[in-house]
Amino acid sequence: MNPLASGVPFPRAAKVALGDPQLRTNLRRATHTIRDRRAHAVGELPDWEALRTTAAAIKDDVLRRLPELLERFEERATAAGATVHWARDAAEACEIVSRIVRGTGETSAVKVKSMATQEIGLNEALERDGIAAFETDLAELIVQLAHDTPSHILVPAIHYNRAEIRDIFVREMPADADLTDDPAALAEAARSHLRRRFLSAKVGISGANFAIADTGTLVVVESEGNGRMCLTLPDTLVSVVGIEKILPTFADLEVFMQVLPRSSTGERMNPYTSTWTGVTPGDGPSDVHVVLLDNGRSTTLADEVGRQTLRCIRCSACLNVCPVYERAGGHAYGSVYPGPIGAILSPQLTGIGENASLPFASTLCGACYDVCPVKINIPEVLVHLRDQAPHSPAERAAMSVAAWLMRSPKRFAAAERLAQLGTGPLAAALGRRTVSRLPWPGSKWTDARDAPLPAAESFRDWWKHRDQTAGPQGHTHPVEETP
Amino acid sequence: MRIALFVTCMNDLLYPDTGIATVRILERLGHRVDFPQAQTCCGQMHLNSGYQQLAVPLVENFVRTFEPYDAVVAPSGSCVAMARDNYPRLVPDAAGVAARTYELSELLVDVLGVTDVGARFPHRVTYHPTCHGLRMLRLGDKPLRLLRAVEGIELLELGGAEECCGFGGTFALKNADVSGAMLADKCRNIADTEADYVAAVDNSCLTHIGGGLTRQKARARHIHYAEVLAS
Repeated sequence: MNPLASGVPFPRAAKVALGDPQLRTNLRRATHTIRDRRAHAVGELPDWEALRTTAAAIKDDVLRRLPELLERFEERATAAGATVHWARDAAEACEIVSRIVRGTGETSAVKVKSMATQEIGLNEALERDGIAAFETDLAELIVQLAHDTPSHILVPAIHYNRAEIRDIFVREMPADADLTDDPAALAEAARSHLRRRFLSAKVGISGANFAIADTGTLVVVESEGNGRMCLTLPDTLVSVVGIEKILPTFADLEVFMQVLPRSSTGERMNPYTSTWTGVTPGDGPSDVHVVLLDNGRSTTLADEVGRQTLRCIRCSACLNVCPVYERAGGHAYGSVYPGPIGAILSPQLTGIGENASLPFASTLCGACYDVCPVKINIPEVLVHLRDQAPHSPAERAAMSVAAWLMRSPKRFAAAERLAQLGTGPLAAALGRRTVSRLPWPGSKWTDARDAPLPAAESFRDWWKHRDQTAGPQGHTHPVEETP
Repeated sequence: MRIALFVTCMNDLLYPDTGIATVRILERLGHRVDFPQAQTCCGQMHLNSGYQQLAVPLVENFVRTFEPYDAVVAPSGSCVAMARDNYPRLVPDAAGVAARTYELSELLVDVLGVTDVGARFPHRVTYHPTCHGLRMLRLGDKPLRLLRAVEGIELLELGGAEECCGFGGTFALKNADVSGAMLADKCRNIADTEADYVAAVDNSCLTHIGGGLTRQKARARHIHYAEVLAS
């Protein structure tokens, strides 16, 4: 399966999630908790809007001079003792990582939670080459043990509750059958399980939240400290980094270390921020590789409206406020990038043909744009992508006819009259102005709600009628109408 | 000041009372309102559904029709947001008329400086702010300030008010199940207020919400806030 496109259209996948009341309860509780925490943390900052503007401006500057900054990063990282590789697509990136791991003679690796490695399907690719990749982020571990896929960028196991997690642990880590669903007990079980992995690991695999061009530094931001273990304990470190993750200077990090934790977890400060620059004798991995990943990003960069998507810092604030994500869950998006950002990022990375239903998986309510710390106008990009998406011939015909009618006031008024003639007798027969069942495609509306019928007299006709009675200067006379 | 009414295609055909109410409010305040016959649709349906090229002639018609006026008023947050957010990008020279296009509460409160329009509506009313009113036009509490001044009204706070009702234009058809789930939550929140009416600045959202309420035979009925203000 393509990690960016499952092939199942969003409405169909969403229907499955909507039929699962436990999932809906879990999602509602979790998203509302994080949403409230974010609102509180952001509300504390008087300069939040200025921070957003600055963060967006830094990212836009990066996107404007990306080739130059990437080359600078390569030069500095290489000078610091790292090896930089360039990958055009997922297959190329997986092959590079696999080759490096095989070169060490190891058959396993520990992993820091990373969206880029999920995006390229790295775990599956390594497995095909006989290499086991062990996730070490707690939520990522739960998903891996459940043989499931993540459903949230920041909280991959958001769709599970504690009892379900306990069942997964007992099934997959049978050492502790008496395990309760107390969070501390669950964390302790995971900790002892992971400790064994860390102490034996020779290879670590990570992504990076940011990569600093001026210093060749990788920045990994996480909450548990497990990522830091992966970065420091193994002999070999391989980082897969999307090319848009570059920041020009170390000083730019200051802005993002304010906006990222507040937007993602609702915390003032991030618990574990690790910065890693090449190799240092006697300290950490002695062999460091950075794989710079394109995988559709250059194409996205070339699109004037769509390129703002590359500002994304994967905070997932948009997921937590999205009413569609809250009901449909992350799996419905069929991509490792779910929610509003996934609805624009996935089709841009794969091409619209692979993800044609995603730009329509939104009411354009704008809640995502309001919370985005880098001011990605997600509704604008959604509409832009809808324009590129394939339309059914029936829909295109209906839209063309509607546009043709609405281009001319005369035709429009005639169409209104026709609608009134067509449904007027129906309204009279029903004795009311709503109808409970319409033929397809109107049935999609009336399945859940009544539909209104045209009024007996349109506003246009009311106005004409009023004009005649009111005389040539007409408009100034208040007209007594019964409401 | 020459004020033109953009009634919107939906109000014209389905909710003429909303257009009539808008005219009556403004005339009661002593203003003259024109209704240019050449108007049709703002083009939002086409743009938001992925047919930008089909929307452009509709936008051109709007700009041509309303260019001569000092102010254009529409009792529809989403159509005004369409004009303000998208017209300048779609049609050259649209920026002027787009900036002079107001949602009713903007015209009343910001331009005309009125919050009490002399209405009387002795009912229990809850208010749904709508996404376009809330997040695109940033209407804030302008419609509520107008409603609070209505004599006899009892305004009830709506839980989850800022959440989308699930309409989203063609979203309601393309993603009918998710839309229905969002609607169910909105209707439950409205029912919890025990209001007689749910009011909003947009008949599109109200069609969706009202369709859900009548289907459930709920107590609350939907009403455009202009009709409350005109009463």
